Amino acid sequence: MGELKLMKGNEAIAEAAIRAGVDAYFGYPITPQSEVIEYFMAEKPHERTGMVVLQAESEVAAINMVYGAAASGKKAMTSSSSPGISLKMEGISYMAGAELPGVILNVVRGGPGLGTIQPSQADYFQATKGGGHGDYRLIVLAPSSVQEMADFVKLAFDLSFKYRNPVMILSDGVIGQMMEKVELSAPVPRRTEEELIRECPWATTGKPAGRERNIITSLNLDPAKQEQHNIHLQEKYRQIEASEVRFEKFHCDDAEYLIMAYGSSARISQKSVQIARAKGIKAGLLRPITLFPFPKDEVNKLAGQVKGILNVEMNAGQMVEDIRLAVAGKIPVEHHGRMGGMIPSPEEIVTALEKKLIGG
Amino acid sequence: MDEKLYKEIVSEENLVYTKTSLLTDKVLSYCPGCGHGTAHRILMEVIDEMGLQKDTIGIAPVGCSVLAYEFMNVDMQQAAHGRAPALATGIKRTWPNKFVFTYQGDGDLAAIGTAETIHACNRGENFLIVFINNGIYGMTGGQMAPTTLPGMKTSTSPYGRDTLLMGFPLKMTELVAELPGTYFVTRQAVHTPANVRKTKKAIRMAVENQVSKKPGLSFIEIVSNCNSGWKMTPTQANQWMVDNMFPYYPLGDIKVDGNKL
Amino acid sequence: MTEEIIIAGFGGQGVLSMGKILAYSGIMQDQEVSWMPSYGPEMRGGTANVTVILSDERISSPILTRYDTAIILNQQSMDKFEPMVKPGGTLIYDGNGITRHPERKDIKIYRIDAADEAARMGLAKIFNMIVLGGYLKVKPLVSLENVIQGLKKSLPARYHHLIPDNEKALHRGMEIIAEAN
Ligand SMILES: Cc1ncc(C[n+]2csc(CCOP(=O)(O)OP(=O)(O)O)c2C)c(N)n1
Ligand code: SF4
Repeated sequence: MGELKLMKGNEAIAEAAIRAGVDAYFGYPITPQSEVIEYFMAEKPHERTGMVVLQAESEVAAINMVYGAAASGKKAMTSSSSPGISLKMEGISYMAGAELPGVILNVVRGGPGLGTIQPSQADYFQATKGGGHGDYRLIVLAPSSVQEMADFVKLAFDLSFKYRNPVMILSDGVIGQMMEKVELSAPVPRRTEEELIRECPWATTGKPAGRERNIITSLNLDPAKQEQHNIHLQEKYRQIEASEVRFEKFHCDDAEYLIMAYGSSARISQKSVQIARAKGIKAGLLRPITLFPFPKDEVNKLAGQVKGILNVEMNAGQMVEDIRLAVAGKIPVEHHGRMGGMIPSPEEIVTALEKKLIGG
Repeated sequence: MDEKLYKEIVSEENLVYTKTSLLTDKVLSYCPGCGHGTAHRILMEVIDEMGLQKDTIGIAPVGCSVLAYEFMNVDMQQAAHGRAPALATGIKRTWPNKFVFTYQGDGDLAAIGTAETIHACNRGENFLIVFINNGIYGMTGGQMAPTTLPGMKTSTSPYGRDTLLMGFPLKMTELVAELPGTYFVTRQAVHTPANVRKTKKAIRMAVENQVSKKPGLSFIEIVSNCNSGWKMTPTQANQWMVDNMFPYYPLGDIKVDGNKL
Repeated sequence: MTEEIIIAGFGGQGVLSMGKILAYSGIMQDQEVSWMPSYGPEMRGGTANVTVILSDERISSPILTRYDTAIILNQQSMDKFEPMVKPGGTLIYDGNGITRHPERKDIKIYRIDAADEAARMGLAKIFNMIVLGGYLKVKPLVSLENVIQGLKKSLPARYHHLIPDNEKALHRGMEIIAEAN
């Protein structure tokens, strides 16, 4: 068993990054995720593993530092919260276009605009539908515990290098600020330069005599070529959809009503399922772990079993659109959400389930 | 030309100059007479002469030199508009033994990328910035740049730059020389063979600084023409540059070995 | 066993660290734990609260509206959280600054005048440990030994010389807590 610690989600992700052999973190402070960079700075990762940590002058600069390091094959990451993630969208689109690996953590807060510093899930569309300009997708992971904040660092880097695609960890103020028991895996060393060059033959690491020069770019002035590039990207996204769907089910086997929720909403909804079952309502919970790729087949399958689905999100109803697409009209799909930094209680979710789906 | 005469001139023994293999065979996309081509060449020559191809990572900006990676035969990254110093920071911090440079225009470096430029300089990042100042946005068709001279006409200052309304030309190079993070700051030009030699010397100095890990950033401004944007012939443009740009942007070293001159 | 606790008071009273020590003690005895603070500008001088959950099972919602135990250290928190204690639950409060004492009949109410006691002991900083001691007396869900271990884990090494004072405070809290209904 690994080392047990009591940590905030924001701290756990930083510690896990050091232990996972991540090469660099570039960030800029914003609530509720400043503990990420604060933890890094306090830990002196440079002394522990040689990992680089730098406070950039802006989120724009930070994501572009990630771009630079990633284009040279390094495992680089950044983190921010909603307003800062909007600023990073430029760089994220460029990374997607140039097919660069890299991990972006969004500890979502309520918006729009400066909004509030309290937890929210209002950035679902931005994360899963592209967010920046151009036709691209991020792989989006939604941790619902401090343990998953830690575990998803390695998973995110593995996926992002496997597909050469940026990965977003879509968290929120609850998961970032909450402390839980977390089991940390044993540290692995960062890759050596030789290992990196072997694993990333595409990276700009300096052109030796024997190979063509490596160019990292998202530019293609010839639209025919750019279309080919887009077709290639879309094929990659379809492949990701075919192989990387992850979800978790809770009391679904005999469920007559399904709650769908991710991240902290899924934690709250888990309690709602318990409360509902105590009242004799056969409720279950489907928690997507990957938001892109979305578990549409599983949703469609469950739509053949349950009488209705309640989507629970801390927003006006975003994932509910993906659920409705997957259900294709088979059964009613309703949404219960809170906005602007408000958090639904387990009890109000049960009430919504009764009112909107069961009828009463 | 008479074929015999041609053969006589273009022969092995008359060879005095060859193109460095660090420039590809791709035909340059720059307007004839533009300074970008010469700047590319001497930068690549220095890297070649110092045997640094295998250790070089360059960054192309957004601007006319957006396609610099088509011409420079080294590993290159293409940056979003203005962000090249941030990319370079990411590279150099994680690959401290590589030679890293950015190549940026004035719109890229002194407008949209001002923050990235100043902060990379101020942190004393150990890379080279080559800054092509042609006083205009070349790529997008000749709009006003932060470096456009007072009274100078561009498509977005059609009556001439009115400093009351549009502010003053930004002397980025003097500005970054004030920052303790810069180690070598100079302003050069490439319009005459003598100036080309001087600029090449400056590039060599900057590369040596970086290779020997001298503390701080090297910043080389090259005052250049944009004959298309300025709507002049190449020779007119060079003369206009000497008469108008140089008085405002005087050539010469500003900071050497970390000391302001 | 699942114990869902809210600790609420002013910022600076050590509310968050009390919760953290409790959570650490839970880890020491192999429990699942969660610690969810109110965060943001609220914390600066205003009210601060933290939800701590100790459980033998995987913890579902870290955010609650009904609690087994409420530990209340100012009037605002009394007004907000007294109604949220589950019937049969426990409310522990410090009488200092309380103008409206708890009124519910369906819960167990304990009073602990920890602020006064800390002042008497000349150890204002360990106020929160007196309160924690009181809690441990009425809800002995974690052992004192594990609380000391938790304290060691959550305090940076440079404060470890303060552990004896903290221990004293825990014992004192156990002594002075009294039933109030
Ligand atoms: C975010 C963004 N805004 C605007 C542009 C359009 N754009 C492309 S190049 C350029 C100006 C480049 O001027 P400069 O840096 O001076 O380089 P030059 O073309 O003169 O060499 C602009 C505004 C862009 N590509 N991206
Ligand atoms: S537009 Fe100006 S800067 Fe661009 S290539 Fe032509 S002359 Fe050079």
